[in-house]
Amino acid sequence: MTAEVPPLTERFEHGLAAPICLTWELTYACNLACVHCLSSSGRRDPRELTTAECQAVIGELQRMQVFYVNIGGGEPTVRPDFWALVDYATGHDVGVKFSTNGVRITPAIARELAGRDYVDVQISLDGATPEVNDAVRGRGSYEVALRAMRNLADAGFAGFKISVVMTRHNIGQLEQFKAIADRFGAQLRITRLRPAGRGASVWGQLHPTAGQQRELYDWLVAHGADVLTGDSFFHLSGYGSALPGLGMCGAGRVVCLIDPVGDVYACPFAIHPSFLAGNVRDPGGFAGVWQHSELFRGLRGPQAGGACGSCSAFGTCRGGCMAAKFFTGLPLDGPDPECVKGHGERALASAAAAAPAPSPDHSHRTAPDRREERRPVPVTLSRRPPVTACNANPLAGFVPE
Amino acid sequence: MACAASTEPAERFDLDAPWRLDARVRVRPEAFGALLYHFGTRQLSFLKSPALLEVVRSLAAQPSARAACTAAGVQAGDLLKYAHALQTLAASQMICKRETA
Amino acid sequence: MADNRTAELTDEAVVTAPADDDVLADDVLVEEVSIDGMCGVY
Repeated sequence: MTAEVPPLTERFEHGLAAPICLTWELTYACNLACVHCLSSSGRRDPRELTTAECQAVIGELQRMQVFYVNIGGGEPTVRPDFWALVDYATGHDVGVKFSTNGVRITPAIARELAGRDYVDVQISLDGATPEVNDAVRGRGSYEVALRAMRNLADAGFAGFKISVVMTRHNIGQLEQFKAIADRFGAQLRITRLRPAGRGASVWGQLHPTAGQQRELYDWLVAHGADVLTGDSFFHLSGYGSALPGLGMCGAGRVVCLIDPVGDVYACPFAIHPSFLAGNVRDPGGFAGVWQHSELFRGLRGPQAGGACGSCSAFGTCRGGCMAAKFFTGLPLDGPDPECVKGHGERALASAAAAAPAPSPDHSHRTAPDRREERRPVPVTLSRRPPVTACNANPLAGFVPE
Repeated sequence: MACAASTEPAERFDLDAPWRLDARVRVRPEAFGALLYHFGTRQLSFLKSPALLEVVRSLAAQPSARAACTAAGVQAGDLLKYAHALQTLAASQMICKRETA
Repeated sequence: MADNRTAELTDEAVVTAPADDDVLADDVLVEEVSIDGMCGVY
């Protein structure tokens, strides 16, 4: 069956005037050290954009008519100018949604936020119980997040987001996450774990099994009508009908990342020199990078399906996530490592190249030092098939030499 | 002022009523037409013709949607297609009828 | 188009749009996507 090109993708071949979903990581500083952090955050980078430089970027976004910007980090609220920058953005026609672990969402701050139009808040939570959450995000982080949620709810902030990265250990808690969201009048958002940043060293142990992926897909189809997904599960569409959303990799086409030092990457999960498009400090600013970057031009051309082009699922899965393939050492024109048909698993078992190391790394140097753990995802040249057809562990069958 | 959800049956669009954009909608011209983003519903809509962009932008200033279409150069034979498009926008609260005094 | 519906297209103010499958895919001028982050983190 020939896969049809979705009509929307034709619109992206010449590039959009501005990104539709722009992510802006304001700082690499963070009070936490989550094991899977996509930006390997912890320590502030001394080359961070200044307040004035941030305001200049906001001015550009206004001129480009960016609808809203997703602000994160690290923990963005630890920047002393954070609240002023949020006000500056909304005062210049740019909506803001910011993601936080909740550390600075006091009752007073929550009341301020509840009164602001065009500001949305997202609280990160990776377990419906302290045991599951804190194993990933650190001891006490569950309580901090719940307290922030309580403060927002008490302040009358309806519809804030609770965002969960789905892992092997929390797939079974989907109903509990929904209950937490309902309790606080919030909206649940679940997103995909990518092997990006520190995620590369834990992906093998944390990514959902094939059976759990199926469970997740079925749950979304049955109960996910008001659950947001960041459009991050389109690789599961091969199980059946397509999930709502754009259904394709938007890197460099409809999304991109501005990092704390002004580097512009194709996607927040692709913080690596291979996906660096430019810097906002370049003469043309952010607009110049968005419009003229070689990297983005390459991504905006028609993308051949490559090895996936003849698969019956290609029309909806579009070859999956570029970052997931890159950081597991798979070719970008081949299957996603979590391909629902198992093609990715087979590709991992026979891949010869080691996965690229994530870079740069701003992890905390104090306990626990994750540098030893930050090795490429091990991939072995092997003619042995996976232990079972359903075993998604890329180390399945691995025998040390 | 926010648009109420359209109560029109999906098949009918009132071309001779006055319409307007919802106050929470932002419009961004693009090479192919435009992008519309609704801050309330978080819905993104692609307008796939520059003429449709012109129609949508001029709705509030025109006495009727039909007049907006005519002013934007929409041919009689294409009116149905534009009505269908406008009904899609009405159904998703991007546009609504102006209150008559 | 010589189907029954054309008989209904009179001078009436209300235009009855044909059922979806009568409108060719490339005639649809509005395409809607419900977005939330588009693979963004946030």
